[in-house]
Amino acid sequence: MMTMTPSLRILLAGILVLLNCGPAAAQEMVADFGPEDAGQVLVLRSTTDIAIFEPVVETFLQTRPTVRLRYEQWGSNELYRLSRRDCHSNQPGADIVISSAVHQMVQLVNEACASSYRSRLTEELPGALRWRNELWGITREPAVMVYNRDLVPQGDIPQTRFDLLDLLRPSDTRYAGRVATYDIEESGLGYLFAFADAQEASTFGALQESFGRTRAISTCCSADIIRGVAEGQYLIAYNVLGSYAQGYQQQDERIGIVLPSDYTLVLSRALMIPKEARQKPLAEAFLDFLLSPEGTLALRTALLISPLLEAEDGNEGESLSSTALRPIGLSPALMVALDGLTRETFLRRWRATFPGP
Amino acid sequence: MPELMRRLEMTSLTARVALGVAVLLVIGGVIVSIAAFAYGREAARSAFDRLLLGAASDIASAITVQDGKPVIELPVSAFELLAFAPDDRIGYRIIGPDGTTLTGYEEIALPENRRDLRDGYFDGAFFGEPGRYAIVSRRFAERTLNGTIRVIVGQTMLARNSMAYDITRKALYVLAVSGLAMILLAVVVVRSVLTPLERIAGSLSARDPHDLTPMDTAVPRETAVMINALNGFMARLDRQMNSMRHLISDTAHQLRTPVAALRAQADLFSDEVDLSRKEKIVERIQTRSAGLGRLLDQMLSQALVIHRGDSARRERVDLRDIALDVFEEGDHAVLNPEMDVVLDIGENPVEVLADAPSLKEALKNLLSNALKHGRAPVRIGASLNDGKAVIWVEDAGEGPDRQTLDELGSRFNRGGLARQASSGLGLAIAHSVAVSFDGELVLEPTDREQFRAALLFEVAPARTA
Repeated sequence: MMTMTPSLRILLAGILVLLNCGPAAAQEMVADFGPEDAGQVLVLRSTTDIAIFEPVVETFLQTRPTVRLRYEQWGSNELYRLSRRDCHSNQPGADIVISSAVHQMVQLVNEACASSYRSRLTEELPGALRWRNELWGITREPAVMVYNRDLVPQGDIPQTRFDLLDLLRPSDTRYAGRVATYDIEESGLGYLFAFADAQEASTFGALQESFGRTRAISTCCSADIIRGVAEGQYLIAYNVLGSYAQGYQQQDERIGIVLPSDYTLVLSRALMIPKEARQKPLAEAFLDFLLSPEGTLALRTALLISPLLEAEDGNEGESLSSTALRPIGLSPALMVALDGLTRETFLRRWRATFPGP
Repeated sequence: MPELMRRLEMTSLTARVALGVAVLLVIGGVIVSIAAFAYGREAARSAFDRLLLGAASDIASAITVQDGKPVIELPVSAFELLAFAPDDRIGYRIIGPDGTTLTGYEEIALPENRRDLRDGYFDGAFFGEPGRYAIVSRRFAERTLNGTIRVIVGQTMLARNSMAYDITRKALYVLAVSGLAMILLAVVVVRSVLTPLERIAGSLSARDPHDLTPMDTAVPRETAVMINALNGFMARLDRQMNSMRHLISDTAHQLRTPVAALRAQADLFSDEVDLSRKEKIVERIQTRSAGLGRLLDQMLSQALVIHRGDSARRERVDLRDIALDVFEEGDHAVLNPEMDVVLDIGENPVEVLADAPSLKEALKNLLSNALKHGRAPVRIGASLNDGKAVIWVEDAGEGPDRQTLDELGSRFNRGGLARQASSGLGLAIAHSVAVSFDGELVLEPTDREQFRAALLFEVAPARTA
């Protein structure tokens, strides 16, 4: 089995960050787990960093000595295109696809690319985290605001989007040009968050306008943004994936995490088993494992089921009332996000806000 | 097959009703199930069609024109509307004025047979699953964009089908309950219908074996038929029993005197020594035994008549044949050779429905009465009088006096027929025959100073071709 020391893991994460941006045509990273001579090989394609998902895979493989798992890490848009091509050409590709760009996964399921599966564990999932018994939400990750502990004074820490708006309102605000968020044209996840924000509240329009006025930075990739905040390049990052932020925070105390208390989007990475999967029973076993108490614990340890969402977590004052949590449900309504014309309209407005470097 | 028919005939009424109800329930159940399913499908179809139409209209109204190009921001509300069918896949396609797909699935094919596609619904497929689509058109008449943009929204049919099944299932529950109610009702009805039969059977089996009185006819009309037939049967049985009883007692009574007389004569004969007196006694014994023989004949013929009257089948009989037969048998010539007997029959048949041997017996008795008591010439014949068929015997005497006639009549009516002299027995036989075949015995003087004994019957209905 492949084992990684924590330092190696950070190194790997660093490499990933470097590779994360840009339109990569091939997978960004591949790792094999399990014995070389295993009888069964399970191919998992995911947008999640290998380093983060590795302990979960290791736990799964502990009880299955004859299984080898090939983990391919992809950018969300590439993963979507590849899965779609495999599906429509009826080519076997991955056995499991896990993506944070759930709207793309909904689209794939809508196009009859997934195979159906039911078990006691999948039935126990809430309706919003399950669609057609072909798509399941396996993680719980909030979209958070990250700030630099040293550079943002205690009083300035925004607890809500309105606080952030207030920070950006003065014409001589020191946060001008130092707020970062995803480039939604580059990042599927960023687009999804922005789109969900637009659906959720009118605040987003004002926020967008403020971002534009204060020349906020739109850039790519969670790790990049978080590191920028830690190093003081940015003071505040908006809509960063909580799991990455918390993982980074465990290594680097310089950042603070806020779950916006007006509402917090909660992403569940979606898992589907492509209809052409070669190892369907094994893929189903993997799904059941992820939903079982054992797998849930592993995901929790990997911060993919975020401790931030639980009241007893260590972060001071971060517990939220459950009404402020807005899970991004797996429903066909997400297809709107992927519609060509709608996306164009949405992006046109975005580009008007961020004229580009 | 005959085996089956026989078994079918012996099937109990309960089983028949059960079979009938079962067949009714099965056929009715199938029909209602099909109807319920059709209704369910229709209901689901119209419900979800409206959702589709609503979503399509929603999307159509979100289309705007900017810089001569249609701009669409798909309303999430439309998709949330469609998400009322939570597990169904959604297809949509927006077609511009020039026929190009602006957005959505190009895979969605428009129905080919309709050239001028209007707003409405059509069935199609969506990635290999059957689907249902709605089309909504929106016309634009802008300076820069003129034409119709069509919005097609479709969905797979999972929710429709499950709703249709749901409606069907609920209808079937109702059906099952009403079927059960029908079965219960059928049981109650069958029991109440069969109760009179059971009561009749019970009262029959509880009856005294000698009790032939009619049964109570206060029963349902359908079973009354059976009771009436049963009562008729019992009445006939009763009549026959009575006749037999009378015959036996009459016979015993009537035979006792002549037999005792014979024995007395025989005793006298054995005690007598005088030859000439012995001869006289022998003579007397001879007349007595001849009379006894006649009496026996008559009694047997009465028994025959009584028996046949109830049991023989009624046939079409020409009374002229009866008269002719009796005349030709010529008993009268043997018994009373000194009396002239004339046969008087016409050319037209005189037909009645009766039993020929009984009639013959009756006529013979009337004839022998006339020969014994009447005066020559004696005429026998058959004719139609006043719409009645009549067979008669006439003689030139005055007949019995009025008082005797009255006595005879009342005796007949009382039924005590035979307790008198042999002439009375002869009349009794004739009377029995008349009554047996719904006729009457008439004894009266004719206007030609003659006495006539006649049997009147209804004329048999004309023979149909």
